[in-house]
Amino acid sequence: MFEGLGNRLTGIFDGLRGRGALSEEDVKKAMREIRVALLEADVALPVAKAFIDRVREKAVGQEVIRSISPGQMVVKIVSDELVRMLGSEASELKLMGEPPLVYLMVGLQGAGKTTTTGKLGKRLKERDRKKVLMASLDTRRPAAQEQLAVLGQQTGVDTLPIVPDETPVAITKRAQTVARMQGYDVLILDTAGRLSIDLELMQEVRSVRAVCKPVETLLVVDAMTGQDAVQTGKAFHEALDLTGIVLTRIDGDARGGAALSMREVTGCPIKLIGEGEGMDALDVFHPERIANRILGMGDVVSLVEKAAEHFEEEEAEKIAKRLQKGKFDLNDLASQLKQMQNMGGMGALMKMLPGGAKMQAAMKGANIDDNHIKRQLAIISSMTPAERSKPELMKASRKQRVANGSGTSVQDVNKLLKQFNDAAKMMKRMKKMGKKGGGGGFPGMGGGMPPGFGGPGGGMPPMGGGGFPGLGGR
Amino acid sequence: MRLFGWGRKKQDAQSAEPSPAKASASELESRVQDGAGQDAGKDAGKDAGQTEASPAEQTEARKDERPQSSGDQQEATAAPAKKTGDKPRASWAQRLRQGLAKSSSRLGAGLTGLFSGGRIDDDALEELEDQLIMGDLGVEPAAKIVAELRRQRFGQEASDQEFRQALASIIADMLEPVAYALDIKNQHRPHILLVTGVNGAGKTTTIGKLASQFQAQGAKVMLAAADTYRAAAVGQLQIWAERASVPIVTGAERADPAAVAYQAVERARAEGVDVLIVDTAGRLHNKADLMAELQKIVRVIKKLDDSAPHDTLLVLDATTGQNAINQVKTFKELIDVSGLIVTKLDGTARGGVVVGLADRFGLPIHAIGVGEAMEDLSPFDPQAFAKALVDLEE
Repeated sequence: MFEGLGNRLTGIFDGLRGRGALSEEDVKKAMREIRVALLEADVALPVAKAFIDRVREKAVGQEVIRSISPGQMVVKIVSDELVRMLGSEASELKLMGEPPLVYLMVGLQGAGKTTTTGKLGKRLKERDRKKVLMASLDTRRPAAQEQLAVLGQQTGVDTLPIVPDETPVAITKRAQTVARMQGYDVLILDTAGRLSIDLELMQEVRSVRAVCKPVETLLVVDAMTGQDAVQTGKAFHEALDLTGIVLTRIDGDARGGAALSMREVTGCPIKLIGEGEGMDALDVFHPERIANRILGMGDVVSLVEKAAEHFEEEEAEKIAKRLQKGKFDLNDLASQLKQMQNMGGMGALMKMLPGGAKMQAAMKGANIDDNHIKRQLAIISSMTPAERSKPELMKASRKQRVANGSGTSVQDVNKLLKQFNDAAKMMKRMKKMGKKGGGGGFPGMGGGMPPGFGGPGGGMPPMGGGGFPGLGGR
Repeated sequence: MRLFGWGRKKQDAQSAEPSPAKASASELESRVQDGAGQDAGKDAGKDAGQTEASPAEQTEARKDERPQSSGDQQEATAAPAKKTGDKPRASWAQRLRQGLAKSSSRLGAGLTGLFSGGRIDDDALEELEDQLIMGDLGVEPAAKIVAELRRQRFGQEASDQEFRQALASIIADMLEPVAYALDIKNQHRPHILLVTGVNGAGKTTTIGKLASQFQAQGAKVMLAAADTYRAAAVGQLQIWAERASVPIVTGAERADPAAVAYQAVERARAEGVDVLIVDTAGRLHNKADLMAELQKIVRVIKKLDDSAPHDTLLVLDATTGQNAINQVKTFKELIDVSGLIVTKLDGTARGGVVVGLADRFGLPIHAIGVGEAMEDLSPFDPQAFAKALVDLEE
């Protein structure tokens, strides 16, 4: 998500930056273009208008036209305003209070409430170490309650046993009783999808809200939503006093205007984002990082965090130690490849790097995908332990055997070995750099990511010295 | 009541070419009246909230608590999904307008007062363009419509009503070429419908509605639950199959959807089924692997019948904004979508994106979903749609 808007804005900014002086007409033109870019990104019209007005006001106030680099100035104003609009800080879910804390999930049909409930349950259980109970109040959509039960089984989060023909309010009461009796910390209530104009159903969810007194009432919204975001956001907020918004399907290619509209219209923070079909694909929303992504500046902070989260420290230390002794073998490479897989594969990582979108395109061009990592791992695991720790053993017949065993070709094996050699060389270089105090490569990664995941096309074109540019410590 | 062109009987047999759904709203209203009984004949209008309700619904506990407001006519369409949908309902044209009322009331309200001066001038047109954009029509189509109105009417005096008519007719002209009823031809047996779309678009619900409507027309229908990914998706389709009393082919959880589709086609052939509707998992169009999975389903179906799938439908959520364009583009490129079904037009979403899609892709729009009950799927009628969009009484 957001890349489309980012690309458009980058284009407009480039036009501005290139100029020595800006006439009033130039600024006007840029504002018109930004307006269209916002509208095509599905930012609601009133929100887009207000945005442009504020930017224009600031631009005039700061006498942009006479400043030394006027284009840069406008870019900065737009960026600042974008960050301000998205909210300046990440807001966390409320986890304090007398248990069981109730979270109420509401939204239109098909927004992704049930899936989000499942993900949220898992997140609270695993990350926040809470005892979580989930209950579906969706008595309308066929098999909705079963869906949540299945998700609960998959994620190991408890769900309230289903009693047929109960009303949502009755289910709520039963869920609260169970949660209280059995000492649950958090109770997540998934509700039926409803239209904001469906007074009967809105009344129903209001009754539920009155009964359960939620600490969080979260509106689940599809990132692909169009101009309707304004009405939906407003109506739900007025009826239910929302505390936050969950934006789903941001892994699509929608330009994400709904995020801006929702935030602006309800004044509620976007608390969580759903970014994939996996049950782990739910993350805290970091406005400034998203703004950076929109503006094409990458999201290195998220990348580092993700790395830290998924990289087992012991593993990292082990590799770091081995590296210091000048040892780096195929076992280490395999372990690093696995870490990359855990972090969501190449694509997910690339997105967070400055200019990552371009790199992703290049990767596509060179036919590099996550299967490539899988194949490399297969090759390594087809080797004997001796071969893994002493790659120089690999001669023709061994290569043939490994290729057969991993379902690849001798060329693939050769390529991997070449990559390994490159990597080993780079590790040495990094070690030296580290001694000079120049910083040790990828933070938390025990010194650098394995370089050059050369695909069939051989090597990744714009990747600097084979590693990840811009990540070399500080 | 023949909402779709399923024609096994001679007198209804359609020509090979799909025929535009020209039925005017009033015709349709009377059809529904024939088929659905007492309530349908009542006039579309302000009192819809009351007339529309069936006896069963009036016993609903909270009925009385509903505020008597303009919202009444709107909520009526959305309220009764608990029912299995076999109860008499308001005419679809009425329901569509109710559904779109939320859309158009805003667009309509925006239009009101545009012509206080009575003259179509630059200011009015600019304001109009904004209003169209707010209806999700998109920047380009909005500009196009405004340009056309300018060409026809610039500088002229026009009453509010005339102005709306002019606008509606421009929009209807853009939509006319894409209004095709879903035409189930005789020569394929089974006629295979593949239903696709992004997550949460309303595929399974749409299939439930299609199945019951085909069934009601006397077709022998079978469903295939090839959404093996989402939890309880099969269960959801099973319930729809029960409601429509049609057989369903399912596979194991996480089974290869293509295999389920293959089995379904085999079984449909063996049992002499007329229409096989294949449900697929929701997938975002930018996920290459999932789109490849969909292509595989198509390939596998083709192994049994080279001409199949005879219709590949993309289900679009009306609340979707400009991203709908990317969706249609990608699905069309990769699996050769043959037509669209637009759902959730009973919400506040205005469905204006449909105009942009028609303008850009020219893909047939077969039907629109205006509620959660079985019969809330109607052929796409451009005149009624355009009029409802600009809040024009008929």
